Formats: sequence, C-alpha cells, structure tokens
Amino acid sequence: MAVPAVRRAPIRDGMSPPAKPPMKPPRLSFFRQTFTVAWKDLRSELRTKEALNASFAFALVILLLFSIAFEPTEDETRQISGGLLWLVFAFAGALILNRSFARELANDCLDALIAAPMSGAALFLGKTLANFVLLSAVEFVCLPVFGVLYNVRWTQQFWPLAGVIALGTWGLTVVGTVFSALTVNLRLRELMLPMLVYPILIPCLLAAMQLTAPLVMGEPLTAELAQWIRLLVVFDVIFSALALALIESVMVR
Amino acid sequence: MRDKTILVLSWFTALLLAGNLAIILLVLPDEASQGPIFRIIFFHVPVAWTAFVCFFAAMISSIAYLAGKNLKYDSFAAAATEVGLAFGAANLLTGMIWGRIIWGIWWTWDARLTSMLVGWIIYAGYVMLRRAIEEPTERARMSAVVSILAFADVPIIFFSIKWWRTQHPQPVVYGGGFMAPGYWYMLFLNWIPILLLAVVLLLIRMRQEQTGREIDALRREVHAF
Amino acid sequence: MTPVEIAGVWKFYGDFPALRDISFNVEPGATMALLGRNGAGKTTLLRMLAGLSRPGRGTIRICGTDARDRATRHSIGILGHGISLYEELSALENLRLFARLYGLEDPDGAASEWLERTGLEKVRDGLVREFSRGMRQRLAVARAFLHSPSVLLLDEPFTALDDRAIALLQSLLRDATAEGRTVVLSTHQLREALDLATHVALLVRGRLAYTGKRTGEMLEDTGWLYRQYGEPQSVTA
Repeated sequence: MAVPAVRRAPIRDGMSPPAKPPMKPPRLSFFRQTFTVAWKDLRSELRTKEALNASFAFALVILLLFSIAFEPTEDETRQISGGLLWLVFAFAGALILNRSFARELANDCLDALIAAPMSGAALFLGKTLANFVLLSAVEFVCLPVFGVLYNVRWTQQFWPLAGVIALGTWGLTVVGTVFSALTVNLRLRELMLPMLVYPILIPCLLAAMQLTAPLVMGEPLTAELAQWIRLLVVFDVIFSALALALIESVMVR
Repeated sequence: MRDKTILVLSWFTALLLAGNLAIILLVLPDEASQGPIFRIIFFHVPVAWTAFVCFFAAMISSIAYLAGKNLKYDSFAAAATEVGLAFGAANLLTGMIWGRIIWGIWWTWDARLTSMLVGWIIYAGYVMLRRAIEEPTERARMSAVVSILAFADVPIIFFSIKWWRTQHPQPVVYGGGFMAPGYWYMLFLNWIPILLLAVVLLLIRMRQEQTGREIDALRREVHAF
Repeated sequence: MTPVEIAGVWKFYGDFPALRDISFNVEPGATMALLGRNGAGKTTLLRMLAGLSRPGRGTIRICGTDARDRATRHSIGILGHGISLYEELSALENLRLFARLYGLEDPDGAASEWLERTGLEKVRDGLVREFSRGMRQRLAVARAFLHSPSVLLLDEPFTALDDRAIALLQSLLRDATAEGRTVVLSTHQLREALDLATHVALLVRGRLAYTGKRTGEMLEDTGWLYRQYGEPQSVTA
C-alpha cells in the first residue's frame, strides 16, 4: 500500500508536490530477494576478504600442523584423509559462519533487513548460499594443498568427490548459519557457535568423512558406502527444512 | 499444593526404589555369563529411557512455547533438559563402570554409549546457551529452537554412530539380544521409580526456574525507572 | 484506512511488562511525536511498529494489516539509531540493495533519484566507510525514504544529526506529510521534532500517560507535558 515514488527536482522551499502517477505493485519475489542477499554478502566479503583470508590461513595452518603431528605413510593417509580434511573444513568454516550474521551488527543493518518486506527464510537462504560458496572456495583451495603435503592424487574421482563435498558443506552451512543467527547477540559468540554446532554436525561430518576417505585417494565408492550418502541427504533435507521453519522465531523478538 | 505433591511423590519413589533394590540385590540370581555386575542393567537401561523421554518432552514443550509464548513451557523445557542430562550422565557412568568390570576398559566406543555421549554434549550446550542469555523471553525463544534442532538430530546420531561402529566391531557390554523374561519384567518394574524420580526433580527444577523469573522481573522493575 | 492502529499492546521481558496496555491510533497525514524519558518504552514501541518484534499481548496494525506481514512492511520506512548501511559497499550499491529488497520496479532509477535529493550524487560510488558523519546520515535518510513508504518510523532522528542533515530531514518530512504520508517519531522533547508534530503521545514507565494534538503550549515550553502528566521526580534518567 505504498504511495509511489514521485520524480521531482532537488529540494527547494515553497514547492508544492506535483500530481502522483498511478500505483505499481512491488515485485517481492522470494528468489530475487534471496539472491540479492547472497550477492550482497559475497560482494561485501570479496571486498574486505576478512573472513576468507582468516579461513584460508587457518585451514592451511591446520593442514601443516597435522602433517607435522602424524607424518603418515601411504596406508595411514588412506585411513585418516577423510577425517583430516573434514576437520580442516569444519574449523575453517567456523570463521566464515561466525562472520555471517555478525557482519550485520555494525550500523544496525540486521534491523533494516528484518524490517524489509522479506521473509526470514529468504534472508536465511541468501546467507546460507553465500556461506556455501565461500566455504566451498576454501575447500577447493585446501584440496591441492593437501594433495601436495600428503602426496595424494586427489583428482581421480573428482566428480564424486565434489558431490560429497557439496552435500557435506551444505549440511555444515545450513546448521552453521542458523546458529550464526542464534548466537549473533551473545558476548561469547566466537566460543558458543562452534560449541553448539559441532556436536549437532557429527552425523553429517561422520558420513562425509567416510565417503571422502576412499574418494580422495582415488578409489571409487563401494555399495556399502551408499548408506552414508543416504544419511547425508537425509541430514541436509531435515535440517534445511527445520532451519527454514524456525528462522523467523530466531530473528523476530 | 505443589510442595505436598513433591513430598508424596518422593516418598513413594523412595519406597519403590528400596523395594526394587531388595529384589535386585537379594532375590534375583546371578546372570550366567557376567556374574553379579549384570544387575547394573536394571539401572543402566531405564535411566537411558528416562533421559530420552525427558529430551522428547523438552522438545514438545519447546514447540508449545514457540506456538503460544507462555513462559511456563520454557520452564518445563529447561527443567526437563537438565533432568535428562542428569539421567544421561547416570547412563554413561553405569555403562563405563560395567565396561570396566567386564572388559577392563573404561570406554569401548559402544554404539549406544557413544550416541548418548554425543546427545549429552549437545544438551550441555543447550544449558550453556541458556546461561549466556540474560533476558528471559529471548532465552526462551533461542533455547526452544535449539531444543527442537537437537532432538531432530537424535535419531540421525543414533543411526550414524551405529553404522560407524559396525565397521569396527569391538566388545559390547551386553548382547542386547536374549534375556530371560524375568529380567525384562524387572527392567520395566525398575523404570517406574526412576521415572517418578525424574518427575520429582523436574517439578523442583521448574519451580526454581519460575522463581528465578519472578526475581528477574522484580529486579527489572526496581532498576528500570 | 488508519495508518497506525495500536490496540491493547503489552510487551514483556520475562515476567516484567515493559509496555502496559498501550492503545492509540495515528491518523493519515499526521506526525506523531512519541515522548518519554529513557526507558519509558519509546524504542520498544517503535520496534514493534517496524515489525522487528512482536507484542506480548494486543495487536498492531499498519494500514489495516498486521505489522509483521510482508506486504505491510513494504509501506514502512525506518530510521533508527544506526544508519543501517554497509560500510564496504558504495552509496549507490547500498541504495540499490534496499531498492531491490523492497521490490522496486527500477532500483537503479530510484537509487539515483534519492542520491540527488540528498546531495550525494557526486559520491555515489564512494564507499560508505569513507563518508563523513553528515554524509552517512543523509544516506541513511535516503535509504529510509527510498521506497516511498506511507508510514515513516523514526527513532530520535534529530539527536545525532548535523545542521545540514537536520534541514534536509525536516524538509523531507514536511513534504512527506504534504503528500499524505504518516510519520511517527520518538524524541526527547527536542524543538525540531515538536515543531513538525501534529500530535503527541507521552509514555511514562511503559504506560500511555497522554495522547492528543500538539498544542502551542507544548512548543513554547517543552517540559510542560512532562510536568502535567509525567512522573513527580524531576531527574532525567
């Protein structure tokens, strides 16, 4: 029910308002708003690169520390690769996820977003998409580094590996973004976010680790590993649905 | 009125427990393969069931809170979760003691115990979150969301850990298969006082939450103007 | 239809009522000044009007529909304590972002128009991070008015503004009411705000102590209303 915009010259005193043109209804599309939010987050992040750089640096340091701690043989690498990679992804991801809603606190931007005619779901989905893209970028930089440090040719099963990483990363970002919104006003946000998120993510991380281990070593997936794919899909679907349903309660006081 | 309820329930629970303990320790014979320590099952299993019921009730109460915004539901959810944590801890401890006696090791990565551990950590996070939020209405809202997400995860955790451990078979504390019918009967019989104990603790904790809220409101009234 | 209808509204923090049984309407084209000391509940009430929080009891309707409905929020413009702009985006990018979120047909056109009207045309591609305080305030005003809202909600808008920004805002608000838009602003009895106001509402300890037309008396002696209807103690919180 907005009174439409009126084209007028810059402000001058004593001018009477001209006649109003006919009303045009607003174009409030869920997907348009979702992508606007996602694009805004990505553009902001790419300009400052704060979270991205921190995340990259942290991931690389952890990879290095692990290779110092374990010095694995090829067999041992086969066993620990899946777990190691997803630990790196999870820790690096926490930095990105933390920033997700925290970036809206400066200047009260979060209020403006919640007050806008946008459903909480659109805001949430936009941010989740942005986080997914950012975390995926970090992960696909980590893979070659891992390949070099551990002498692993990880590109042999590239597409299945990419698929598993996508599914696992979606689970990580969906749950992480909900908790980013939930913990945004807490004083100990940086501590509480990982503490709450990691235990809930255990099934998702477990499945991703089981699947990634053979794939990153170049071995195809066996039939008995199919149950882990099912688990990942179920986890992603359930938590995406719950997050979309609950996000309004988190954001509106 | 509530004080009397709590008192009556407490006595009843104590009597039932005493009676059951007598049967468990004195009347029932030793189990064939494991010996006297097997009797711990009559506590180890029902406390797990009780914890599960508590977390489930907390989730339902959380949904009710989000639907109606009545803070009583929040008090119930918080109380139920904490009581659930207590019984979950009891399950973990009895499991560890049992494992130590039977197999000589404190932790065997048994699927059920591991699932309970993960769940316990999640709900401990819930309690920590509540401590971190000072304003009661916001605290209620946020913990309700966490409670729902946590319980939705419980079945997924259970299956994922089960599948994980079947890949690495190791000592399981009890076969979980055949048990003489007399034992099943005792298991359920002992569940009753344990559940009643949970109810007593829940009522006490709920009252604590409500009093805390009243104090908070009074403090706001005094400090506000 | 009535732009702002507040009926039997209570807001609770736990068991503590921050707002108690607030009921009043704001007529079309009116400018309502919301007065009250710190902690009286002005910001709480404004946030509920903006759809940022829900009342514990009672209803708030903006143009006939619930304040939290998506369609309703399209007709509301807000100006809070923070400027609600992204530091790392340019002025144009910020306005375009909100234009898109508000579903405007021509986001670029609307953004450009408002950059002109607030005198920020020359710095359209500058990052907000580099703006002076006055420039940020003017851009915040542009953001609030961008989608031609029929109801404007402003939380202590004149408090942190410089001269140029005050003049701009006053001019825009006068034009807005001339076009039939409704304004609700909270204020600490500042003359600039009372000058624009057609009506006032006074909140005292979460209750509505007075509501009615803004009289000349109130303008001449800005403490008059508080003495008539406010708390006995004279200490301002």
